[in-house]
Amino acid sequence: MSSPRGRIVNVQRFSLHDGPGIRTTVFFKGCPLDCAWCHNPESRSHDLSEGPGREVSVAEVLAEVVRDRPFYETSGGGVTFSGGEPLAQPEFLLACLEACRHGGLSAALDTCGFAPAETLLAAAALSDLVLYDLKALDDRVHREATGVSNAAILENLAALAQSSARIWIRMPVVPTLNDGVGQMAEAADLVRRLSGVERVCLLPYHALGVDKALRLGHRPRFGPFPSPSPEALDALAAPFRAAGMAVQIGG
Amino acid sequence: MNERTARLRRESLDAQPTLSEERALLVTAFYQEHEGKHSVPMMRALCFRDLCERKTVWIGEGELIVGERGPRPKAVPTYPELTCHSLEDLSILSTREKTRYHVPPSCFEAYERTVIPYWRGRSMRERLFEQLPAEWHEAYGAGIFTEFMEQRAPGHTVLDGKIYTRGLRDFRGDITRAVAALDFATDPEAYDKREELRAMDTACEAAILYAERHAEAAEALAAGETDSRRWAELLKIAEVCRRVPAHAPRDFHEALQAYWFCHLAVITELNGWDAFSPGHLDQHLLPFYRRGLEEGTLTEAGARELLETFFVKFNNHPAPPKVGVTAAESGTYTDFANLNLGGLLADGSDGSNEVSHLLLEVIDEMHLLQPSSNVQISRKTSDAFLAHALRVIRKGYGFPSVFNADAVVEEQLRQGKTLEDARAGGCSGCVEVGAFGKEAYILTGYFNLSKVLELALHDGVDPRTGTRLGPATGSPEALGSFDDLFGAFAAQLSHFVEIKIRGNLLVERMVAELMPAPFLSVITDDCIAKGRDYNAGGARYNNTFIQFVGIGSLTDSLSALKQVVYDEGSETLPQLLSAMGTDFEGHEVLRKHLLDGTLKYGNDEDFADDLMVRAFDELIALVDGRPNGKGGCHRVEMLPTTCHVYFGSVTGATPDGRRAWTPLSEGISPVQGADRKGPTAVLRSAAKMDHIKTGGTLLNMKFTPSLLEGERGIASLAALVRAYFKMDGHHVQFNVVNADALREAQRHPEEHRDLIVRVAGYSDYFCDLSRALQDEIIARTEHGASPAG
Repeated sequence: MSSPRGRIVNVQRFSLHDGPGIRTTVFFKGCPLDCAWCHNPESRSHDLSEGPGREVSVAEVLAEVVRDRPFYETSGGGVTFSGGEPLAQPEFLLACLEACRHGGLSAALDTCGFAPAETLLAAAALSDLVLYDLKALDDRVHREATGVSNAAILENLAALAQSSARIWIRMPVVPTLNDGVGQMAEAADLVRRLSGVERVCLLPYHALGVDKALRLGHRPRFGPFPSPSPEALDALAAPFRAAGMAVQIGG
Repeated sequence: MNERTARLRRESLDAQPTLSEERALLVTAFYQEHEGKHSVPMMRALCFRDLCERKTVWIGEGELIVGERGPRPKAVPTYPELTCHSLEDLSILSTREKTRYHVPPSCFEAYERTVIPYWRGRSMRERLFEQLPAEWHEAYGAGIFTEFMEQRAPGHTVLDGKIYTRGLRDFRGDITRAVAALDFATDPEAYDKREELRAMDTACEAAILYAERHAEAAEALAAGETDSRRWAELLKIAEVCRRVPAHAPRDFHEALQAYWFCHLAVITELNGWDAFSPGHLDQHLLPFYRRGLEEGTLTEAGARELLETFFVKFNNHPAPPKVGVTAAESGTYTDFANLNLGGLLADGSDGSNEVSHLLLEVIDEMHLLQPSSNVQISRKTSDAFLAHALRVIRKGYGFPSVFNADAVVEEQLRQGKTLEDARAGGCSGCVEVGAFGKEAYILTGYFNLSKVLELALHDGVDPRTGTRLGPATGSPEALGSFDDLFGAFAAQLSHFVEIKIRGNLLVERMVAELMPAPFLSVITDDCIAKGRDYNAGGARYNNTFIQFVGIGSLTDSLSALKQVVYDEGSETLPQLLSAMGTDFEGHEVLRKHLLDGTLKYGNDEDFADDLMVRAFDELIALVDGRPNGKGGCHRVEMLPTTCHVYFGSVTGATPDGRRAWTPLSEGISPVQGADRKGPTAVLRSAAKMDHIKTGGTLLNMKFTPSLLEGERGIASLAALVRAYFKMDGHHVQFNVVNADALREAQRHPEEHRDLIVRVAGYSDYFCDLSRALQDEIIARTEHGASPAG
């Protein structure tokens, strides 16, 4: 069997915000969404000729991520496949996840959920944790902010919750866009009913993506947005906490 | 801190370090009168007794632990028998910009009229320099290595638990029995041993006498005291000083005072390196603490207050200033006393206890320059203790530093120590490993690895001066392969290591002969049993260290040479050397390629790290196990103090793109700014050398406070520490501060006097550092976290 190769932007060591413990995050190149607040605009395009990125083999990825094994083991960390959208390179992702499992490395999948359900479920089955983005519950807002409908994403989330996956829901908080208290209450109501969700992470928007986008020659469609205040984040966390869920502010 | 300790702390911070001529005058007068009358050990002991009889006794207002090395806090004595300051030295000390010492006119006068005329030509420093060969002087003068014993006496040691269960009177009993057991009929050294033992006995007597003088002074003060509370305290002080160190201490207060008198005796007798340290203070104090609480004679607040006044005593003692070249090498007030917290007990169980936690709180509240502190973290150490230590570290004082207690044990087992002695040992000075109370572990000098490479690249000639220093190991044209080049480096290294070791043996012998340390010998096993001095092999263990500086700079230079000259072939070696010779003037593109386009140590890149390991293994092969003259061996340490600045100032531009005369890398840390892959990569790179083969390595990491916020920050830091130690890393210390804060302090030093940063193996006030060192600390990589998301 020929080993699949994949396109990645970079490998970030000592990542503390993509799951538990000390992690190495592998940023895949290419994303089907076009989020207004994207903080990794360089990973948007699937095309290696656009922006940074390189083609790598599974073995190359493994050789790099295995280096920090001592730190994963003392911190309860591991590898996170993020992006871009890792599910957009399913063959390569599954091979990476299998290699991690084979090598005894804990692996997390960080996904926007916009992919065929069977791809998501296959990857989740090989992952120790799924970080699942919920960017907006209001489909109109979702379309406007990301360019796609959230219908498939919500369906996939329901399917994922039916599997045995451990799930962290991650919600970017972008003031004026998706930070309505009503939206949060709706989200809490949805998430509460899903099994397998261990916690909800509210990710405060930061302007780094705008700066990067400008440097890459893109002009963001919206923003920059103001950063949410700690008090505002606490207020947004309230509906989740009231529903008995663990909430984490930040990644 | 309560009101008393806050005031004592403030007074200690505000006091101006001043040179005191008292000790120099007493020692000079004693030698003038007694020279030639006694054996050398007795001469030293009688001189020490004379000091204890005559030196000023100081008991400050509100003090609980008493005794000063000088006539008052921060009044620093000098040791002309070791190194005699010239009038020019005194004038530099009193006017230099940083770490200034006030030198009163009386001190200049004493030196001019009495001290210098007597000691000129007699001081250890001059006698050593006279005996060391020309090749040694050439290498020393070129900045290839330094020599510790030209400034201070050997010392570098730490006390164990013996003084908490036995008094000096008990040791005198041991001495009497050892003298009685001498057999003049069969032992040709019996006379030497008797003189040494007599000297130890006299030293005990002197220290007891010195304590009693404090008892008398306290009683005299009590007689005139109108405040009834202070009156009672003074009488208690008198009682304590009559009890210890003659007898074993009975309570917490006596235990601290017993140590403090031993400390003062060691640093009055001689000016040993790193002053002296109480070692595992938490373990030693625990029985007194628990008993006091049980019996109701001690409260936690009372123990805290005693510890805080004890801390102030350390801070009252700036290091005696140096002379000559190493004055630039290491300008600091710190005298390197270092507390060990946690660690292991001799039986292998976890050594941390409630006093360890109490001491962490005291360290946090006092945050004084001295004493320095470290935590010894073993596999058995609880996460709670590590987290407590990290929460103190997070405040950004630069201490405590963090050691791998299991590696410390393993390193010592490799040196042939017993398991129990190894566990009861720990770390002192910056990072140096030793068997506390049982070992003379002598640091002999720093060694400039980049300078040795420079010589290898110039066929043995120092390009700075044009002088031939090393053997001809091949012109640049002749070094046709990287292996040729590395071979030339190894040959130069071997040449200078030989010179250094031969010098060490000579110095060691002269010190043993001329500068015995009878008091230190009393409290170091097995000097009494052997009838031998601490400096002459009396200790149970005797290791001698050479401290290698700048493995990061060396590695990056080797890596750049291998890549650019031998693999890519984009420059020939002569072309590269010619660019380096002009400090890259007109070669900015090349310099940029060397800086940014070559693989650097500290990024977990095997290409560079393998070269580091190759160089490290070469050091071990050349140094480790080479016998000293005391039945012990030479060993390798990887630490710089601040010597990387001095060594950089004598080293031209290097192949890694470093500019001429700028600082080299410190310890085993990467070159400032060369690490780009975050802290895990740095730790992985650093762990590739075999730390267990050293007597200590020093790794500095700097974090911005934002990375360490909350309990998650603490957990991440703890995980970094645990993982590094799993990989046998010896030591890591964290600077927690952002560069802007440092720049602000540089601009407005007057507002940031108390800003403490980790320098190398120790912490120092940022504002007391030279501009070059300040800039370097700012330039060290700030490890930022990846952005949230």
